[in-house]
Amino acid sequence: MYDVIIIGGGPAGLASGLACWKAGLKKVLIVERDQELGGILNQCVHSGFGVGIFKEELTGPEFAQKFIDELRETDVEVMLNSMVLSLNEDKSVEVIGPDGYKKLQAKAVILAMGCRERTRGAISIPGSRPAGVFTAGLAQKYLNMDGYLVGKRVVILGSGDIGLIMARRMTLEGAKVLACVELMPYSGGLPRNIQQCLKDFDIPLYLNHTVVDIKGKDRVEQVVVAEVDKNRRPIEGTEIVYDCDTLLLSVGLLPENELTKQANIKLDPRTKGAIVFENMETSVEGIFACGNVLHVHDLADNVAKEAEKAGEAAAEYIRGNSRSDKVVEIHNGNGVSYTVPQHIHYPATNNIDVLFRVNKVFGKSVIEVVDAKENLIAKFKREFIVPGEMEKIVLPKVLLDKAEGDITIMAKEVV
Amino acid sequence: MYDVIIIGGGIIGCAIAYYLSFYNLKVVLLEKENDVSCGTTKANSAIIHAGYDPKPNTLMAKHNVLGSKLTKELCEKLDIPYKQCGALVVGFTEDDLNTINQLYQRGLDNGVEGLEVLSREEVLKLEPNLSDEVKGALWAKTSAIVSPWEYALALAEVAVKNGVELKLNSEVKSIKKDEFFTVETTSEKYNGKYIINAAGVHSDDIHELIGKKEFTIKPSRGEYYLLDKSEGSRCSRTIFQCPNENGKGVLVSPTVHGNLIVGPNAESSEKDDVSTVASSLDFVKNNALRSIPSIDFRENIRNFSGVRARSDRNDFIVEESKSVENFFNLAGIQSPGLSAAPSLALEAVNWLKGKEELVKKENAVDERKRLKLKDLSDENKNELIQKNPAYGKIVCRCESITEGEILQCFDTVIPPVSIDGVKRRCNTGMGRCQGGFCGERITNILIDKLGIKPQEVLQDKEGSNIINSLAKEEH
Ligand SMILES: Cc1cc2nc3c(=O)[nH]c(=O)nc-3n(C[C@H](O)[C@H](O)[C@H](O)COP(=O)(O)OP(=O)(O)OC[C@H]3O[C@@H](n4cnc5c(N)ncnc54)[C@H](O)[C@@H]3O)c2cc1C
Ligand SMILES: Cc1cc2nc3c(=O)[nH]c(=O)nc-3n(C[C@H](O)[C@H](O)[C@H](O)COP(=O)(O)OP(=O)(O)OC[C@H]3O[C@@H](n4cnc5c(N)ncnc54)[C@H](O)[C@@H]3O)c2cc1C
Repeated sequence: MYDVIIIGGGPAGLASGLACWKAGLKKVLIVERDQELGGILNQCVHSGFGVGIFKEELTGPEFAQKFIDELRETDVEVMLNSMVLSLNEDKSVEVIGPDGYKKLQAKAVILAMGCRERTRGAISIPGSRPAGVFTAGLAQKYLNMDGYLVGKRVVILGSGDIGLIMARRMTLEGAKVLACVELMPYSGGLPRNIQQCLKDFDIPLYLNHTVVDIKGKDRVEQVVVAEVDKNRRPIEGTEIVYDCDTLLLSVGLLPENELTKQANIKLDPRTKGAIVFENMETSVEGIFACGNVLHVHDLADNVAKEAEKAGEAAAEYIRGNSRSDKVVEIHNGNGVSYTVPQHIHYPATNNIDVLFRVNKVFGKSVIEVVDAKENLIAKFKREFIVPGEMEKIVLPKVLLDKAEGDITIMAKEVV
Repeated sequence: MYDVIIIGGGIIGCAIAYYLSFYNLKVVLLEKENDVSCGTTKANSAIIHAGYDPKPNTLMAKHNVLGSKLTKELCEKLDIPYKQCGALVVGFTEDDLNTINQLYQRGLDNGVEGLEVLSREEVLKLEPNLSDEVKGALWAKTSAIVSPWEYALALAEVAVKNGVELKLNSEVKSIKKDEFFTVETTSEKYNGKYIINAAGVHSDDIHELIGKKEFTIKPSRGEYYLLDKSEGSRCSRTIFQCPNENGKGVLVSPTVHGNLIVGPNAESSEKDDVSTVASSLDFVKNNALRSIPSIDFRENIRNFSGVRARSDRNDFIVEESKSVENFFNLAGIQSPGLSAAPSLALEAVNWLKGKEELVKKENAVDERKRLKLKDLSDENKNELIQKNPAYGKIVCRCESITEGEILQCFDTVIPPVSIDGVKRRCNTGMGRCQGGFCGERITNILIDKLGIKPQEVLQDKEGSNIINSLAKEEH
């Protein structure tokens, strides 16, 4: 019997495992299906990790290594090449790995499975089906893990961070990136990546555009791009044809919640992750979630912080300290597309971090938190908010204690 | 000198090879692609039709009804995913209800068993997600679903084990005849006494390499959505709408792999053009939503299309060429060609029997097994993993396929040469991430097992190379 089983050994799994250990738990297991720990970070050889928690610019693998080194000093168990095949509400899991097929039982489970990339099918791009259409992450894996360059003339659909990073990476490898095409009127990536990966290399970014056709029999030969109208439908006559051999897709990430669903955990249709409380506990007691499986993060630092919270809460749960039964919900007000957590145990035991994203670009603005009676609980000023960058506010306990009923978070531009 | 040269390695050519391999004959199967089942056989609805649809006394009716029975037996012998889930033809209007009664009658005339006409209440009880607009349905209990490419591959594998020679990357370019045939491919010449033409959409071209024009293929493309397993239980049976002049209409069906398939439309096309177009996909989507309004198309994982070998005769062409003796055509094999395949193949064997006496081989096999970890008991799984830890390492996470299962397909008589070849053999990359995670691992397995360079790894057909070049600096 384990105290905690952690599913996934990326930054979320590593940081939550360490937190469990530091909180005094002795039987902690991390199950990772890959051959090494680190998760998606292993293929992120660019720097830009760790500024938040280590105060230095690290590459993905360096960032992961910090946690792995620390983990080596503990007795946290790690099972590599091992995949959790099923998860039950009673916190038992089935694992397959090189030592066999096992059923394991834990007192608590932390979900840290990360996410996967949306594919061509998910957005139904018509056209022929040649080789040369890759998700950006797969192209990144080929390049950074194996040293294989997938193409020489590239169009990128979607302006998510992986696509942006790959625009720069492939350019440095001698490929010509012809354009980055984004359906929405704004980029889905971090502003710093737009600057450093596109602008600095003179790669054009077409907002309000999409790919309407892929041509080529066996390998991509052409990609046709068109502008879209307000309803995101292509406008005839605006087509641009690119002669290229590769189309990279950076059209979004999807939390990997197949196991979560098996355990009957309630999901939030907006984040596509579990609905959680402020301590990262899901709708099933004793099962916690953190990292990209909960909602897609842009910074690994935030993942680590969230994961620590999940680890500490799992330890607290095992010690039998349960939180209040009264629940306050956080609603998405104007301009807010989701929040994590979605629920708070009331009254709060501490100040509460709320992470959220906005659904359009905001200039100088305020974020307001109101209660069910529309009393203003708290107010935060921002110079600039974009959908591609996760926002965080801290709700002080003293203010929260005054709230009546559910609370709503909204963003308002100030003129 | 070959007794029989089969042209085309789709379900038809493979089934012929399978049945001929039981006899003392020297047989060669010529296929232009680098694998069997790369044509229409890998891109269709994968339904083994019950046989109520074709008009009575047509070849389609005869071979469909017989073929679907044989398919069931074959799939069991060959360890092919097959499920007799049944089908419903649903009606929304009074006209539709008339059609349903006609289909029922036609089914009886064709000798189809297990047909029943259902009321609105009865059909909604069977399939609660069907639209409220449904007024009644025909229930065909013998209708089934299958994995077509695994089916064709298994037939070919057994044939090869029994001595049939399979020549891949062998496009037939010319056919000549003196006392026997000389067939020239891109790389070699083959002499043979008989030719069986199973070249799908190209069957007219192949026939006309030597014969007079006797039929014309008028290709018609059908496009599909394949949805994630999360949508796989929207219905438990294949849901058809009433057929019209354009074919059987848009269907919604579970697949043997647990996904939901939605399609096809029918649009004339080029023979080898398997692209999809936005307007056709919209048509398919909107029609499917009439049957089951709750389908969530955001769960789509892949679109694809296949080309029907519709002929100007509107029936299967199953006969010796009128202009070339000893040349047998299996042409115009549009739907229900997959269902009819074994029966059509036996027809070719019978034709040959009329030409000369066929002697059964002593120790031919007619079965095949494929080890699938998922199907083993926990105990047997452990035993296997203990013997070979590769069976404990998941490579394709969406479909839970292990390294052991991938490696084992390289030890078969028709090993894969591409990523899609591996996919057709063990389902890797078929799931929701579409190879986003396992593609890289499988690329490296191909490099290793085939002893090729990274730049030579193929997605599918020749020319579909994945890797352009090696990076300047390795990381
Ligand atoms: C391409 C890319 C570039 C990025 N660039 C930056 C950057 O510059 N700076 C920055 O701060 N952040 C960056 N990020 C974000 C950051 O890397 C991620 O947010 C972070 O890695 C998410 O951590 P995670 O542990 O939740 O998920 P992951 O790192 O994805 O880890 C999840 C792990 O769980 C394992 N797993 C899943 N299911 C199972 C199962 N059933 N059984 C066993 N194991 C399982 C997986 O194999 C994986 O190792 C980037 C992300 C990507 C994808
Ligand atoms: C949209 C659609 C839906 C369908 N749905 C169903 C269904 O649900 N149920 C059903 O029963 N049937 C269905 N069918 C019909 C079924 O798929 C076909 O009847 C069947 O696959 C035909 O098999 P085949 O072997 O004749 O053709 P193919 O699979 O196309 O095989 C022909 C082979 O010949 C090869 N070839 C061509 N030219 C040459 C050459 N010059 N030299 C060497 N080789 C050559 C090709 O590469 C190919 O591999 C459907 C068809 C379509 C298009």
